Amino acid sequence: MYKKIIQTLNNFGFPRMIITLFLTILLITSSALGISLLPLISVMLVRVGMSAIFVLAMVPSIACGIGLNFGLSLGIICGIIGALISIELNLAGFPALFIAIMIAVPLAAIIGYGFGALLNKVKGSEMAVSTYMGFSAVSLACIGWLILPLKSPKMVWPIGKGLRVTISLYGGLSKVLNNFLSIRIGSLTIPTGLLLFVLIMGGITWLFLRSKTGIAMKTVGANPLFAVASGLNVDKYRILGASLSTILSAIGIIVYAQSLGLLQLYGAPMYMGFAAVAGILIGGATVNKVLISQVFIGTFLFQSMLVVSLPVANKIMNIPDLAEIARVITSNGVILYALTKIKENA
Amino acid sequence: MNANMRLDNLNKKKFDFIRVLKKLLLKNVVVVTFIIMGLIGFKISGLSVVFLCSDIISRITRNYILILSLMIPVVAGMGMNFAIVLGSMAAQTAIITVTHWGITGLPGFLLCAILSTPLAIFLGFLTGKLFNKTKGKEMIAGLILGFFADGVYNLIFIVLLGTVIPMKNKELILSQGRGLRNTIDLYRIKYAIDNILEWSLPLTAIILATLALIIIMIYVIYNYSRAKNYNSKRNEKQDLTLYKFIKENTGQKLMLYSIIAVVAIAWGIVMMKSNSLINFIKVPIITLLCITAMCLFNLFILKTKIGQDFRAVGQNANIAKVAGINVNKIRITAIIISTVIAAWGQLFFLQNLGTLNTYGSHKQTGMFSIAALLVGGASIEKATVNQALLGGVLFHILFIVSPLAGRNLFGDAQIGEYFRASIVYGVIGLALAMHAWERMRK
Repeated sequence: MYKKIIQTLNNFGFPRMIITLFLTILLITSSALGISLLPLISVMLVRVGMSAIFVLAMVPSIACGIGLNFGLSLGIICGIIGALISIELNLAGFPALFIAIMIAVPLAAIIGYGFGALLNKVKGSEMAVSTYMGFSAVSLACIGWLILPLKSPKMVWPIGKGLRVTISLYGGLSKVLNNFLSIRIGSLTIPTGLLLFVLIMGGITWLFLRSKTGIAMKTVGANPLFAVASGLNVDKYRILGASLSTILSAIGIIVYAQSLGLLQLYGAPMYMGFAAVAGILIGGATVNKVLISQVFIGTFLFQSMLVVSLPVANKIMNIPDLAEIARVITSNGVILYALTKIKENA
Repeated sequence: MNANMRLDNLNKKKFDFIRVLKKLLLKNVVVVTFIIMGLIGFKISGLSVVFLCSDIISRITRNYILILSLMIPVVAGMGMNFAIVLGSMAAQTAIITVTHWGITGLPGFLLCAILSTPLAIFLGFLTGKLFNKTKGKEMIAGLILGFFADGVYNLIFIVLLGTVIPMKNKELILSQGRGLRNTIDLYRIKYAIDNILEWSLPLTAIILATLALIIIMIYVIYNYSRAKNYNSKRNEKQDLTLYKFIKENTGQKLMLYSIIAVVAIAWGIVMMKSNSLINFIKVPIITLLCITAMCLFNLFILKTKIGQDFRAVGQNANIAKVAGINVNKIRITAIIISTVIAAWGQLFFLQNLGTLNTYGSHKQTGMFSIAALLVGGASIEKATVNQALLGGVLFHILFIVSPLAGRNLFGDAQIGEYFRASIVYGVIGLALAMHAWERMRK
C-alpha cells in the first residue's frame, strides 16, 4: 500500500504535486480573503492561452532528444521580425496576424535548421550551449533593432534612431485572437479565439507526433542507438525537432504579443524561454519524456499560480514584489530539480 | 654530403619555425582575435593611452580575484563555476551587516571578510552537493542556481528584512520600514584596501621590476652554484658557461623576463623625469599584493595533496574513484574554495567601487568573470593564472572602448554596448560548444 502511494506520487511528479498544492492553498486563501474569483479566472485563461505555445515549443525538442530548449529566444526573435513587418505594412486584424506568421515561420525554419545542426555537434551539452546561443542572439538582435531600416512611426522613436523598447500594437495585431468569438458571462470573459488557436496548434503537434515522421523522431529521442540500428538518420530528426521548436516559439511570441497588446524588444526575450521550460516541467515532463497533455496541465498550473499569487500577496503583506519573487524561485527551483533527475531517467 | 645535411637541417628548422608560428596562432586564435578587435576598437574610440591604462589598472585590480576564483573548479573538471554568484551574495550580505553596524575603514573591511567566509563555505557546500547530483551538467545547473539564489536573496532583502528579520536603520531600509534600498553608499569601507598604499605607475614599474631582477639573479646564482657543485663532485669536465645555461629553456625565459624588467625600469625612470600624465595613474599596492598572494595560493594548492586530488578527479573521475579518492568530497571542496575566493573577490570589487547596487551587483559577476577568463585563451578544461590576467586586460579593453567605438562608428553608443554584450555571451557559448564538440569527437 505504502509503496503504491509512493509509486503514484512519483508518477504524478514532485514539481507538479508541489505546485498543485501551492495553487490550492492560494485559491483557498484568495476566497477566504474575499477576492472575487471570476475576474481572476478571466486573466488566468488569457495568461494560459498566451504562454501555452511557448510551452508547446518544448515538445518537439524534448521528443527528438535535444532536451529542454533554452534557446527559445532564437524563434522569438524570428516572430518579432514577422510582427514588425506586419506593422510596417500597416496591416490590421487577421491579415496582420496571417502575414506576421507567414513571414516568421520560414525564417524560424531556417534559423532552426542552423540551430539544430549546431546542437548535433554538441550532443550532451545542448542545454548550456543553447542558453548562451539564445543570450547571444538576443544581444545581436538588439543591434538589429537599432539599425533595421523600418520607418513606420508606430515603432521608431520620434527623435533619434532605432525601434522603441515597447511597441503598441493597438489598431494592428492587438487582441486579434483574444476578441475573436470571445464570450462574456458577467465578469468572466472567455477568449475563445485564443484558446481555439492554442488547441489547434496543440492538435497539429499531437497529430504530427503520431505521423510516421513524428514516430521516427520520438524513436530518435527515446533511444538513439536503436534508431541508428533501425536505419533512421538521427541527426536529421534532431534538426527537424529543433526547427519545429523554433517555429512554434516564433508563432508563440506573435500570439503572446497580440494578447498583451504590446511587442517587447531588446532585453525582453532573454528569459522568456526559462518560463516555458518551467511550465513544461511543472506539467510533469522530464528532460527526455513529454506528452501534449503535460503542456496544458503545466501551463495551467504555472500561470494560474502566477495570476492568483499577485492579489493574494498584495492583500496579505502588501508586497507586490512577492509574486515576482515567487515566480523566480519556483521556476528556477523546478528547473534545478529536473536537472538533478537527469541521471535517474537516462 | 656534410654541407648538404646541414642545409637540410637549416631548411627543416626554418620550416619548423613557420609551422610553430602557425600552430601558436591557431592555438591562441581567441586571444589573437580579441587583441585585433581591441586594437581596432581602441583606434576608433579615439581614447588616449593614459586614460585606457588608468581605467584598465583600476578594473583589473577590482576584478582579478573574482576571475581567479574560477580556477580550481576547472582543475577539478567541473568547468566554469557559474555559481560564484553565490559567493558574491555572501560578500554582499556581510557588507550590508557591517554597514548596518557602522564599522569603518580597514577593520570594517576585515570584518566583512570574516563574516562572509562561513556564509560562503555554507553556500559552497550546498552548491557542491547540487553539482554532485548534476554531474556533467554543472554549468547549466550553476547558471540556473544563480537565478534561483537571486530569487532567495530578493526574498530575504526585499520581503523578510524589516518584517520577519528585525532591523531598523534609516540609511539602509526603505521608508516603508521593509526592504533594503536599491543602492547603498559604502563610504565607510570605500578604498579600505586600495588607499593603504598607492604608488604612481612608473614608480610601481621600477620597484616591481627591480624586485623581479633581484629574484632572477638569486635564482640564477643558486642554480649555477648548485650545478657547479654537482659537476665538481662527479669529477667531470666543467662545461658550464653562462652561455650553455641560457640555452636551456628556463634560461631563455629568465633572459626574456630580465630584459623586460630592465626595459620597465628604464621606462619608469624616463617617465618619472618627464611630466607625463602617466605619473598620475595610481596603483593600489596592497590590493596588488593580495592578488599576488591569491595567484600564489592557486599555484601552491595544486602542489599539495588536495591539489593532486583535484587534478586526478578532473582528469578522470572513475580512475580517481578506483584510486581511493572520495570524488564527491573533493568536488565539494573545490566548489567551497571557489565560492570563498569569489566572496573575497566581490569584497575587493565593492570596496573599490564604493557603492553597492543591492539587487544587481552580484548578477553579472559570474558571467563577466567567465567571459574574461575565456577571452584570455582558457578553456573549460584548462585555465592558468596568466590566462586570467591576459583575459582580464583584453576583456576590459573591449569593455571600455566598445561604447565609444559604437558611438563614433554608428553615432550610437548603445550599439557598442549591445555588441559588447553579444560578445560576452558569444564567447561563453562558443567555448561551451567547442568543449562539447571536442568531447564528442573523443
